[in-house]
Amino acid sequence: MAGAGGGGNDVQWCFSQVKGAIDDDVAEADIISTVEFNHSGELLATGDKGGRVVIFQQDIEKSQPQCRSEYNVYSTFQSHEPEFDYLKSLEIEEKINKIRWLPQKNAAQFLLSTNDKTIKLWKISERDKRPEGYNLKEEDGRYRDNSTITTLRVPVFRPMDLMVEASPRRIFANAHTYHINSISVNSDNETYLSADDLRINLWHLEITDRSFNVVDIKPANMEELTEVITAAEFHPHQCNTFVYSSSKGTIRLCDMRASALCDKHSKLFEEPEDPSNRSFFSEIISSISDVKFSHSGRYMMTRDYLSVKIWDLNMENRPVETYQVHEYLRSKLCSLYENDCIFDKFECCWNGNDSVVMTGSYNNFFRMLERTQRHDVTLEASRECSKPRQVLKPRRVCAGGKRKKDEISVDSLDFNKKILHTAWHPQENVIAVATTNNLYIFQEKVN
Amino acid sequence: MSSENQESEAPLEFGEEKQQDSQEKDANPVKSEEAKLKAKYPNLGQKPGGSDFLMKRLQKGQKYFDSGDYNMAKAKMKSKQLPVAGQEKGLVTGDHIPTPQDLPQRKSSLVTSKLAG
Repeated sequence: MAGAGGGGNDVQWCFSQVKGAIDDDVAEADIISTVEFNHSGELLATGDKGGRVVIFQQDIEKSQPQCRSEYNVYSTFQSHEPEFDYLKSLEIEEKINKIRWLPQKNAAQFLLSTNDKTIKLWKISERDKRPEGYNLKEEDGRYRDNSTITTLRVPVFRPMDLMVEASPRRIFANAHTYHINSISVNSDNETYLSADDLRINLWHLEITDRSFNVVDIKPANMEELTEVITAAEFHPHQCNTFVYSSSKGTIRLCDMRASALCDKHSKLFEEPEDPSNRSFFSEIISSISDVKFSHSGRYMMTRDYLSVKIWDLNMENRPVETYQVHEYLRSKLCSLYENDCIFDKFECCWNGNDSVVMTGSYNNFFRMLERTQRHDVTLEASRECSKPRQVLKPRRVCAGGKRKKDEISVDSLDFNKKILHTAWHPQENVIAVATTNNLYIFQEKVN
Repeated sequence: MSSENQESEAPLEFGEEKQQDSQEKDANPVKSEEAKLKAKYPNLGQKPGGSDFLMKRLQKGQKYFDSGDYNMAKAKMKSKQLPVAGQEKGLVTGDHIPTPQDLPQRKSSLVTSKLAG
């Protein structure tokens, strides 16, 4: 029944759950800043601007063939707190920029969470037994009077209510001068990379006092700065390969076997720009906000302001597929520049079998782009479509001219309602979509 | 978002030029958007998307409030007005001194996320 996550238009999406407060008055701390499923899809983590992590768990026991199981709160903790760097008079936000799960090795779960400056490795473990019957202590913890102890009593483990504990196991600090935008766990399960605007560092998960710099694009003279690193990711299978994207719309693939410092790329992916299209906005809208490898490792996807591009790693000179996310915004770039929306960083994700990609847009719309038949659909995450198992109706935006019934005109779009973060279950057709302060979970309609 | 009229305010040219004009606007809405921006902000940097944006991005979060500087400046300019951090708060150079009013409000106490509620 649970498919490998195929289908775009042939899949009908239904509302499953929504998490978060209903009221419109959004506290800054509640703004969701990252969403990530773990490798099995059983756990779903969110990070917010207040530095908190909330983990939901798929309730597998109650699942029936008719409806997929629900995600319920499993653990929540304060990952990062606001800091002030007194030396540089720099305020360090506690906002969680990224969460990445480690593949599970034992009973505990591990994830990396990062803010602008510090990465933390968190261990989330369950406790469902506790020792009772200590020899020297009473049950309440008081020590027994030595003279009353005449026999040996060995404690035994007895069941208790499930307790989920989160503890910080490693803190990787002081390695980034600029703001961390990405972290990525290597397929070797021993190392991971962290990328800021100008540098990428390689860490060993066990070692916190050292990291190796593998990419440094800081110019000797800062006046010559022309581009910054916007995202980076390790290849899903090749532990020597990673990519990083830039604000100029290029992606560089680096091979760590080639040299210790990967300033020189192995491959440079760039689509040549039509010079007649060049404008003040060209570079800004070409800035890549997210890069993700396909599960197969054969392709990678990039998201720039108006489009999603899929690249074949074997072809550097142009993408193999380009999808327009919200082309109707091209005639609104002036206003979008004035209200800073043009700098919004949208993320994108693949489904389990790489046949569909998803990305967010404005007005709480998100787009599903199906690759084989080139079908695309626009859906909306809203409280108005939140009845249990309610099927989501496709949305259409009218760019100009006569507005048809059920269409919404570009000028009516709410640009404060952005969907920047989305995630797709690695195996099932279950998706998590984050609006400003709510998390929506949709699943495939099952007949 | 204001729905701005994209049609040119200037008197329409006749013949071929007029057709070309409107065709260009249809074919390249980005160019007309660029023209709108330049009309509003004629001093906008020559280098599109260049250093200015990037420097602003790299400096995100920096608030140079130094109480010593602030009080010195206040003393130095007893009669004149205190230099206020300019429009571009991101770029703090020269005499720009952030005032207490420019600093962010104290963050609220740490509470549990509403997602877990």
